[in-house]
Amino acid sequence: MHFDAFDRYHDHDSFIHRLDPRVKAVVTVVFIVSNALLPDGAWFAFGFAWLFLLFCNLFSKLGYTYTLKRSIIALPFALIAITVLFSIPGNPISTFRFLMWDFTITDAGLLRFISILIRSWLSVQMAILLVAVTRFPDLVHAFEHLRVPAILTTIIAFLYRYLFVLTDEVFRLLRARESRSAAAPGSRSGGGVMWRAKIAGNMAGQLFLRSYERSDRIYNAMLARGYAGHLYTLNPHEMKSADYYATAFAIAVIFLMQVIGRF
Amino acid sequence: MPVTHLTSRFIAPECDGDILAVNDLYFSYPDGHAALNGVSLKLCEGDKVALVGPNGAGKSTLMLHLNGILTGRGDVEIAGKRLTRDNLPLIRSMVGLVFQNPDDQLFSPTVFEDVAFGPLHMGLPEAEVRSRVDAALEAVRMNSYRDRLSHHLSVGEKKRIAIATVLSMQPRLLVLDEPSAGLDPRARRTLINLLRDLPITMLVSTHDMKLVQELFPRTVVMDEGCVVADSLTSEILGNESFLNAHGLEKP
Repeated sequence: MHFDAFDRYHDHDSFIHRLDPRVKAVVTVVFIVSNALLPDGAWFAFGFAWLFLLFCNLFSKLGYTYTLKRSIIALPFALIAITVLFSIPGNPISTFRFLMWDFTITDAGLLRFISILIRSWLSVQMAILLVAVTRFPDLVHAFEHLRVPAILTTIIAFLYRYLFVLTDEVFRLLRARESRSAAAPGSRSGGGVMWRAKIAGNMAGQLFLRSYERSDRIYNAMLARGYAGHLYTLNPHEMKSADYYATAFAIAVIFLMQVIGRF
Repeated sequence: MPVTHLTSRFIAPECDGDILAVNDLYFSYPDGHAALNGVSLKLCEGDKVALVGPNGAGKSTLMLHLNGILTGRGDVEIAGKRLTRDNLPLIRSMVGLVFQNPDDQLFSPTVFEDVAFGPLHMGLPEAEVRSRVDAALEAVRMNSYRDRLSHHLSVGEKKRIAIATVLSMQPRLLVLDEPSAGLDPRARRTLINLLRDLPITMLVSTHDMKLVQELFPRTVVMDEGCVVADSLTSEILGNESFLNAHGLEKP
């Protein structure tokens, strides 16, 4: 069984797909940092950033709502920022009572909360676009050539490769449990909650042991082919003039975004 | 950004003697279980030898000794070079070890990178790496798969890629651990044809006695960490009481 649910790459032939992965990685990171640096309530700059995002979407031939649809999943994580609603001093807007505490929402807090929401929403969309238009190995290569420490890129590459093997393993375990979870007619299947928890715990342990042993075998396979602590790669990527133009254009747009946001 | 690679460090020595010579090899696992009890084995250039025996006979353990992943008491020589810590890289470039589970063997994101892994780590220049990858994929007839992701392939395809990953190192000795396990009849047939056509010395551990009969003129039988028979396949397969005594079946 193959489990491809994590593979977010969408194969198209577009200008953005053809760009050097280094360009895409750098622009994405700069875009995200720029979002974080925009002051609260810089609505025009946020709007401009969103237009840039739509433009990237359009040029990658994924349709301009592509990242919008997929970004919803990340929104709950932005709720971590909900405490800023109450913790920033300012003019109170409304007060409510929850259990034994009074909470006061301030205008400054609301402004910051909405700004954080927009920032993270824009950033997540750009990251979604990045993995949709770049093959994962290319992305890892890009980070390697951008001098990200080899140990990090190696870990990421292995994580990605074995995520699938691990999920396969999980599904095999689940299926094995499912197929033996029978019930006599008229009685409920399975025992008490504690018993079920124990089974689940055993399965987690099994998964750990299996992956631990597997990692040992993989290491042996690497040793057998000459691995001595360092990963080598060939470089199939070369910066073309289009790549330089695209980088310059994107950086200029992001710079403009900052200017709009600050003045 | 140019990528610099080391020049070739590994030049396999000329050898007119045995490709593989194992002499009186003993090995116990850390838990005290003795896996090898004095194994001796010789392979000449061009030999294609089957290694059979029940589970736990020490076949896989022996194979892990052939390129120094495990080291026991006793001698292992590859193409006249004694296996020591110093010439481990050289030995590993000469012995192509293919593991039973291709998911363990294929650890890179793409097929190309997996096949290039060995040559790259041998320090070959980029052009040489690319030509070797092409040749290896051609040999297993998987050239159109070079940019595919390994985890999207079928078991039979993975198996052939796994063989390509060591062929690209141009080994003197190919060591395969149960290559036909888990393959459907067509994939198995493709594999048999592939093994027959490869002009490399090989030692193949297997439970597939039909495969042994068809492909290997010589068979080595292991049981309880010892070589209990080493002779012509026809002779061994003809001796039914011997086969039964060591948990094997006549094909």
